[in-house]
Amino acid sequence: MEILVCARRVPDTSENEIQINPAGNDIERDDLVYSINEWDNYAVEEALQIVARVGGSVTVVTVGGQDDEEILRREMAMGATHGVLIADDAFAGSDARGIATILKAFVQKGRYDLILTGVQADDGGAQVGGMLAAMLDYPFASLVNGIEVLDAKKLKVTREIAGGNREVSEIDLPCVLSIQTGINEPRYVGMRGIRQVASVPIPTPSAAELGIDPATVGHAAAKVKRVDYFVPSLGKGAEMLEGSREENIDKVIELLAAKGGLK
Amino acid sequence: MTARIFAYIMHKAGVADDSAAELVAAAKKIDPAAPPTAIVIGSGADLDTVCASVCGLYAEVWKVASDAFAYPNAELIRRALVKVVPAGSVVLVPHEHFGIDLAPGLSIKLNAAFVSDVLSIDGSEGADLKVVRQEFGGQVSTHVRCNLSSGAVITVRPGAFKALDGAPVAGSVVDKSGEIGALTAGRRYLETIAAEAGDVDITKHAVLVSVGRGIQEKDNIGIAHELAEALGAAVSCSRPVVDAKWLEKSRQVGSSGKTVKPKVYIACGISGAFQHLAGLKGNPFIIAINKNPKAPIFQVADVGIVDDILEFLPEFTNKVREMHSVSVK
Repeated sequence: MEILVCARRVPDTSENEIQINPAGNDIERDDLVYSINEWDNYAVEEALQIVARVGGSVTVVTVGGQDDEEILRREMAMGATHGVLIADDAFAGSDARGIATILKAFVQKGRYDLILTGVQADDGGAQVGGMLAAMLDYPFASLVNGIEVLDAKKLKVTREIAGGNREVSEIDLPCVLSIQTGINEPRYVGMRGIRQVASVPIPTPSAAELGIDPATVGHAAAKVKRVDYFVPSLGKGAEMLEGSREENIDKVIELLAAKGGLK
Repeated sequence: MTARIFAYIMHKAGVADDSAAELVAAAKKIDPAAPPTAIVIGSGADLDTVCASVCGLYAEVWKVASDAFAYPNAELIRRALVKVVPAGSVVLVPHEHFGIDLAPGLSIKLNAAFVSDVLSIDGSEGADLKVVRQEFGGQVSTHVRCNLSSGAVITVRPGAFKALDGAPVAGSVVDKSGEIGALTAGRRYLETIAAEAGDVDITKHAVLVSVGRGIQEKDNIGIAHELAEALGAAVSCSRPVVDAKWLEKSRQVGSSGKTVKPKVYIACGISGAFQHLAGLKGNPFIIAINKNPKAPIFQVADVGIVDDILEFLPEFTNKVREMHSVSVK
């Protein structure tokens, strides 16, 4: 099975406090730790496990710039066969539809049985996979937390629905699936593994090479544009305990007793 | 703003979802002068029951009935919507598992803009609609402009808009079933597998010690169990802990896990993503401990402590145990 995984490099929210820059038009990016989008990493692991069972290859593709190469190398160190960095100045400021347009052009230059994305990115909103599927006229399933290959033409997939229940469907290939975290246990990648793929060439096709009309992508074509960032205020906010750890514990125990939380 | 606004109605077993009323409120924020139209897709007598109830919220209710919709298949429903929704419309869809399946592809097929997981709507400015979204698990919010000139599909976060007060409207049902033609899909529903019951029922406990990503590794889960034991509480968790297989799925609180109503909820190293908070009902007293002072959990908690749970929890447990041993004497 020839599998394409669409991945992104994002600020790692488990490693960073996200702060807004003074102008309010972006987050502070100077000291951020970046990593592969968590959902995408599960998608790559799932692709590798499918290929281990039925054969084939795994290509990981991202749309971005030079900095994004590091996640491709990381996923190649996990075992992905190829990494591709689609890069062109014309792509800057693309909305989700623009990204899906770019990926569609790339998909049509190759031959893939299965296309995986993550369900969402930390700074996105579960958009690209479903858009890409509709552009390609492929079937789509989101929130996928189980894949079984039935034969060369179809898969059995389970989706995560409300309350921990799972919806089981049969889906025709080629198709697009958005992968939910927890579907597998992504393998560990060490520095040595990344060094071993450090010199593997990574193709960087441009808009022209993929036959993409620059007028259909980038900031100018985007129907959806971010205006600014701000700090949300959802509720009144917690009363923050600012004492020593011991004082805070005493206070919490006092509150627990008052709220009936101590037996 | 002259676009017609539609609300996609989620329903199950003849009952419309709470989002049916919330989407009326969202539509009003887009254009107070344009009453939205409900679209209700399904099959059988249940569908008529849903349409009748939704007539209390929407002046016009479009019903699309077919045996093909006995189970809501997003691909079939997308094809039906493309047949009935006029070009340039705004379609509102709840942002949950079905909406995530349906909405992105629908926007492509309607050639409309797409904005997902909208929390609030500021209103129109020229051809643009200005909305609010969140990024990075709710750590920051953004204003987003969405161009409505060729219509839009907008997914709306459940619970973000409060249903409006007011007298029910006397809506009427328009049957659009004849407009959809024969539909086929590349995905076919087989069955639903119910969630497994775990050894502990977290929905039955008054106090929950809930752990999130901040617990860092499986070997640390023990410190949560020890605190829970000392307090006579149960251990629950947020999604990353289940994804990492540190605790079983039956202990997960959230929209894809259990809905709980404890009296006291001790959130330990939990960031407070909305999917997690969606599982927390009944207005519990929330004590949050997190290393990150910017964690969204501090916005909804009653009491917050910025600290490392790996150090805080064992000391907390010791203090509780000391109290017990004193009271026994």
